[in-house]
Amino acid sequence: MSERTISPEQAEFRDYCRRWIAENRPAAPSFRLPLSPIEVMTEDQRRYLCDWQKRCYQAGLIGSDYPKEYGGGGHRGFQTIATQELGRAGVPYMINIIGLNMAAPTILNHGTDEQKRRFLPPLLSGDEIWCQGFSEPNAGSDLAGVQASAVRDGDQWIVNGHKVWTSLAHFASWMIMLCRNSNAHKYEGLTYFIVPIADTKGVTVRPLIKITGETGFNEVLFEDVVIPDKLRLDEVGKGWTVAMTTLLYERGAAEGAGSGGGTSLDERVDALVALAKRMRRNGGAAWDDAVIRDKVMQIAIRVEAMRQSARRARVEPLTEHPMRLPLQSKVQLSELLQDMAAVALEIEGPYASLYLGDAHAPENGQWPLAYLNSYGFTIAAGSNEIQRNILGERVLGLAKSK
Amino acid sequence: MAQPKDFGFGSEEQMVRDSARKLLKDAAGIEALRALVARDHKAAYESAVQPAPWDERLWTQMVELGWTALAVPEDAGGAGMKMVAVAALAEEIGRAAVPSPLVSTLIATIVLRAAATRAAAAAAGTGPRLQDPPAAPAWLERIATGTPATLALTPPSGSWDPAETAVRAERSGSGIVLRGEVAFVQDARKAAFFIVAAAGEGGLGLYAVPADTPGLTIRPDRIADLTRDQARLGLDDVRVDASSILAAPGTAAEVIEAAMPAILTIVAADLCGAAEWQLQTTTEYARVRTQFDHPIGFFQAVKHPIVNMMMDVDRARSLVYAAACAIDADPTDAARLACMAKAAASDAGAFCSDRSIQLHGGIGFTWECDVHLYVKRQKHNQFLYGDAPYQRARLAALIDDKAGRPGQA
Repeated sequence: MSERTISPEQAEFRDYCRRWIAENRPAAPSFRLPLSPIEVMTEDQRRYLCDWQKRCYQAGLIGSDYPKEYGGGGHRGFQTIATQELGRAGVPYMINIIGLNMAAPTILNHGTDEQKRRFLPPLLSGDEIWCQGFSEPNAGSDLAGVQASAVRDGDQWIVNGHKVWTSLAHFASWMIMLCRNSNAHKYEGLTYFIVPIADTKGVTVRPLIKITGETGFNEVLFEDVVIPDKLRLDEVGKGWTVAMTTLLYERGAAEGAGSGGGTSLDERVDALVALAKRMRRNGGAAWDDAVIRDKVMQIAIRVEAMRQSARRARVEPLTEHPMRLPLQSKVQLSELLQDMAAVALEIEGPYASLYLGDAHAPENGQWPLAYLNSYGFTIAAGSNEIQRNILGERVLGLAKSK
Repeated sequence: MAQPKDFGFGSEEQMVRDSARKLLKDAAGIEALRALVARDHKAAYESAVQPAPWDERLWTQMVELGWTALAVPEDAGGAGMKMVAVAALAEEIGRAAVPSPLVSTLIATIVLRAAATRAAAAAAGTGPRLQDPPAAPAWLERIATGTPATLALTPPSGSWDPAETAVRAERSGSGIVLRGEVAFVQDARKAAFFIVAAAGEGGLGLYAVPADTPGLTIRPDRIADLTRDQARLGLDDVRVDASSILAAPGTAAEVIEAAMPAILTIVAADLCGAAEWQLQTTTEYARVRTQFDHPIGFFQAVKHPIVNMMMDVDRARSLVYAAACAIDADPTDAARLACMAKAAASDAGAFCSDRSIQLHGGIGFTWECDVHLYVKRQKHNQFLYGDAPYQRARLAALIDDKAGRPGQA
């Protein structure tokens, strides 16, 4: 962000963020942290990351733009700066990513005042972890086909069903959940709930094993789970509209309550170049191979283009359609990460066979892991095939595919 | 290092872009283009000398709107506008695939500007002294008033390194004599003067050579692209005087290097504009062409590649404005971003060309369908000043330079 286009308050806040991060950077843990928050598995990892999020929250770097009465900082234009500073500092990511990026904006947009007061403060501080219950075994890309049922019983609802790919459910206090309250209409028969997960009668959380061999997400079974009507979000039958709000944030088309930290894309490009300079190929450094260099530069260009497109999306005269760039970000980012990992494996050559924990694995085997893991992102949040349908139909006006 | 968030694209720049879009929509639409360049396929490709039609009345209007003066500094009679405005104009030229020497003239302007800056630094004592007074400002003034110009840097080998020029310069009395050959000169038959790179005692120099100079012959190429012309120049004892020395011997390489980010950005913008036309035109066809009881855009085998066209265009376009903005506000980062922009735009142009023919089906393979006009222009622009792999090799060399190691590219 440029010096000349931010307000004096923002500039001052940025200096504050930099100072605070420099003074409060957490010590590296004695255990391995996974590549992203949705793979956090152990209690050690959870405690370390929850502590970090809480300190960031207390320092005002999380929830900076959320209203004060809901636990936020009450500012405007501060979150982007905090997120950017956390991102460039190489500090750990926020564990409550689903809460911050999806649940919080959904509750802020659709919740009652009481719901906002109850749920937002512990969400922002990381005291309560959130998970998302959208996908089911038979409702993936066709999300509106969800079958988990919510049946009204006076002032409460009885929930039955089966949700899958539920990241962080093993730590979560709450789930944002899309349920079917009527079979008469596909879209209008959906209602959105906040459902207690931890220690709730009838809720079973079971880990799913990914192709990486890691756990990290789950399936969640609901058997006659009773929840009060005051945990319903927005009106009965408006679940699809509410879910669209969640998806807008999940796909990166709008800014949530805060994030940042983790490995930035620039750092990953630097790591790719460094890897190519270190690994050998044909009697020289892999970097001296013109084909390898070309592939690394293709990745570097796409990384820069991601950043510049995010910048251009906010310049109205340089965009053709308001949703044209925002709706691309999930496809572009997930495919970039996948291709980047694939190029890293090519650079590693035979070393790409060495997996997590092998003593000879470059960077502890993180690139083979990143490659396998990358399919989570090209499939999650609406597979990229569905995203291309949405882009073709909503932005370009092509006929709707069945 | 301060770059404005909005690329510095304000109301003035938008006005330039919008007025360009309007004029070209009214006076240079697709029907006009077809009538101008594609009326007769035999004439286009089988004439002894390929015709290079262009709308000179439209050129007059462009000049009146100040488009040739846009990039000329104010002290040379121009508008001295920002690079983001120049990029936006080039994008509109590409979108309409206008046969005109405007892009070549903008590029010539950029080189003259760099030459003037270099010469001014020398005159101010901050660079090596030059023998002759700076000549570039006078040539810039001519461009500002509507004189078309173009670069003549490329040897018959096709190398983009001007140091490999096949023209020799020799001092002769108060003037210079140029001998040799230049290839791949853009819009050569429309230009009123050429900026020629020539090697000689003291190193590589740049010289302005009017098209009617005795000893200069313009031999048109037969090219696939119908929206421009290209030629070889023969220089047979071409004599110019000191007022033609744009960059003194030994200074041309750095002048061209300084100009290169803007040159690449302008060509990349042209590619992006044309790619956007390819996207919109293919989208429109997929909405109206019906097969199996559906508009073909209903089918994902058609829909998804069209979305990929859009994503390619958008990546390139974001990089074009980033590069243009860096030239305006953060020159230290301009070379990197311009390489990226040209690489991404060349790839976008290639992919959009490929899909624009294929998704139009049989009609897309015919002369009567307009897509071939853009495909040919894109192919031409893809290689100009270095194609995508060339730019990526330069980018890798920039990374090596930054790391303090010699480049390999």
